[in-house]
Amino acid sequence: MPKKVRIPTPLRKLTNNEELVEVNAATIGEAIAELQRRFPGIQERLLDDTGAVRRFVNVYLNEEDIRFLQNQQTPVKDGDEISIIPAIAGG
Amino acid sequence: MEKNAGFMKALKCRECGREYPLTATHVCEFDFGPLEVVYDYNRIKQSLIRSVIQSRPQTMWRYRELLPVAGEPTVGFQVGFTPLIRADRLARRLGVRELWVKNDTVNYPSLSFKDRVVSVALSRARELGFTTVACASTGNLANSVAANAAAAGLKAYVFIPADLEQGKVVNSLVYGAEVIGIKGHYDEVNRLCAEIAGKYGWAFVNVNMRPYYAEGSKSMGFEIIEQLGWRVPQHTVVPMASGSLLTKVQKSYQEFTKLGLAPETTYHVHGAQATGCAPISTAQKAGLDFFKPVKPNTIAKSLAIGTPADGFYALKVMKETGGAADDVTDDEVREGIRLLAECEGIFAETAGGVTVGVAKKLIVSGRIPANDSVVLCVTGNGLKTLDAVVGQVGRTREIKPSLREFEALLAHEDRVTA
Repeated sequence: MPKKVRIPTPLRKLTNNEELVEVNAATIGEAIAELQRRFPGIQERLLDDTGAVRRFVNVYLNEEDIRFLQNQQTPVKDGDEISIIPAIAGG
Repeated sequence: MEKNAGFMKALKCRECGREYPLTATHVCEFDFGPLEVVYDYNRIKQSLIRSVIQSRPQTMWRYRELLPVAGEPTVGFQVGFTPLIRADRLARRLGVRELWVKNDTVNYPSLSFKDRVVSVALSRARELGFTTVACASTGNLANSVAANAAAAGLKAYVFIPADLEQGKVVNSLVYGAEVIGIKGHYDEVNRLCAEIAGKYGWAFVNVNMRPYYAEGSKSMGFEIIEQLGWRVPQHTVVPMASGSLLTKVQKSYQEFTKLGLAPETTYHVHGAQATGCAPISTAQKAGLDFFKPVKPNTIAKSLAIGTPADGFYALKVMKETGGAADDVTDDEVREGIRLLAECEGIFAETAGGVTVGVAKKLIVSGRIPANDSVVLCVTGNGLKTLDAVVGQVGRTREIKPSLREFEALLAHEDRVTA
């Protein structure tokens, strides 16, 4: 069973407006690489020149920020959902 | 470009500089950097002079050229111009020469600085044709969106952590807003709202309206300058949740200086957090220019944002202005609330206790020199966070309606205090 990636509005132009994309990756980092193979250009939106997740991009596995897990090395298993979400202001 | 954009020129990414039209959008499509309003300062300079400002009503809208609405504001035009109090008694207790309190506990209509950002966001939302407004909130923003939307006849959805103080929940419900309690902390509310905002055509004040919304905070800094007699204070202590207010206070000082409304001077902007949620303060003290997200655990719920969206820029502002950050425990927060109340007659919410507590630490440690002038930004009203102090600020003594009992009580006190 694949894993799902929820694509945020600003990136849907790259995914032909698809909101939910399925991947087979074993880690978050692999999932980003797989997205890049299928939707060229998406990786540079998510990662900076050093390969780290950009400062204003938050990546969640199920409901947990990957910075509380193992960042891009975080393993993903079948049925998991990855969300990519821009940082938003306070309240 | 829209035909009528007032004094705004475009939205621009703070990271890469790409420009976008003045619509309801908040992040750069390229790098997710936050978008910020660009103004036509040459035109603003022609109309925004001291005598013009002074001739206008005493509200935040007297600086309207520097606030991002195209036409006249239609929501919250009585917001702002809250008192700036010379706080001599508190100054003596904290050990500093000149101390002022910018008192947004009495901001109109919902008793926090959030009315500033909401009046801008909702005025702009109306200009863009929205009829439903929404927010993700730690409480104060929810209150303000609910109140201002009600007065403007807009439909409002507010999303809050389900465990908020009762005062803040009731203060949203009473206006007829749809209040959704999320079983999680604010960062989870935020994440959900980012997803909802992408799906529904609503004006989320701190999501897709954020570039306009955030600018409203500048009015606090403009007022401080004007109320001090057109000067920038040497030190300003600002509470930090997302870090946005701190960055906008600096921007307000820069804009007034650039427009010749205040003389060039050296100033320091300091940030205050609660120890139970101090990602920005921790990074500043460690000399880092990035922060590590945390899971909040503090009574200062209005500041409980573990992944602060403007944390990076707040760190930058403190570095640029030679400001410092610090954080205080829950007990120190309560002590700060009491100090401000007992010295100045101002009852602030927990964030105010954070600001007072951190100011004390900065003064004691010399990071704010004793001979300097300081402004404390006190951003919300204590009546909203009674839960945090109930049972901790003295108690009522009960007696029968009898003079004898009262005199016995006084005699007992005389013995205790003698």
